[in-house]
Amino acid sequence: MVELFVFGVAGTVCLGGAIGVVASKNPVHAALSLVATLFGIAVLFIAQEAHFLAAVQVIVYAGAIVVLFLFVIMFLGVDQADDLRVEPLGGQRIAAAVLGIGVVGLVIAALASTDFEATGITSGVGPLADEGTYDINVLSDALFTRYVFAFELTSVLLVIAVVGAVVLARRSRRADEIVDPGQEERAEQIAERIHRAEVRAHVYDAPSEAELEEPGPGSESEEVKA
Amino acid sequence: MLAALEVTPAWYLVLGSLLFGIGAVGLLVRRNPLVMFMCIELMLNAVTLTFVTFSRMLNDIGGQTVVVFVLVVAAAEVVVGLGIIVALLRKRPEASADDLALLEG
Repeated sequence: MVELFVFGVAGTVCLGGAIGVVASKNPVHAALSLVATLFGIAVLFIAQEAHFLAAVQVIVYAGAIVVLFLFVIMFLGVDQADDLRVEPLGGQRIAAAVLGIGVVGLVIAALASTDFEATGITSGVGPLADEGTYDINVLSDALFTRYVFAFELTSVLLVIAVVGAVVLARRSRRADEIVDPGQEERAEQIAERIHRAEVRAHVYDAPSEAELEEPGPGSESEEVKA
Repeated sequence: MLAALEVTPAWYLVLGSLLFGIGAVGLLVRRNPLVMFMCIELMLNAVTLTFVTFSRMLNDIGGQTVVVFVLVVAAAEVVVGLGIIVALLRKRPEASADDLALLEG
């Protein structure tokens, strides 16, 4: 009864969030709907006694990946609403809906063909945690013994991803010139304004000094020496 | 009547397939590259839910181990993909998925 309640609530939140991601006009709303779906899946993980994965799901997905999405949306200022009424390709939505229903129907048909029972062989790594052991112990045993090579490879993948992100996000010098085409014009305007201000300053209080200094004592004495 | 209903692992598998289908439709329908990326995340999550369910059905930790790797790959993919999107949207803020050819060269 409890599991039914949990599954009902979490499954509804998951599906509602998923529809929100696809159907919301504003990318920010889509990202927040994605958070709902991710939390629902974390709850379903807990219902299936994968506690460590539920924690990782919340921390990595909801805490890091969605925040990264929101950061990019805010950073680029692309949070204006899309117009979902226009359909760029004729008949695309109908084709996509047919394909989506087809995928779901295919998966459910495949499940029904074995009476919704898992028929594959096990991986042979080990059983799940039972009474008295925690799933994090069993999971780490598998990760650091049998899958240790793959685990190390993921660190290489992360380093490559970091380097790739830095290379992609770096602003090249040529891009700077393209970004600000009116720069020279504005620089000329500013220079002209400064020039005018200087002229005005000369007109109102500087002329007396200027007239005094220009035929200053230095030039006169040089002429005398010459 | 509700008390007679028992949640079997098959329910989780059907839910996973529904989430995958919604994500696939969204990926095909939406034009905003950011929303398309979110739909990919949706599909990845549907698959991880399926992995955890099969892990429970077979009483095998292997499925949960795969989920850890899926998480790492998803994080790396998001980092690189958002880098590409930032590079694209910086040139054309209103760009859609069709404009990815702008990054050529």
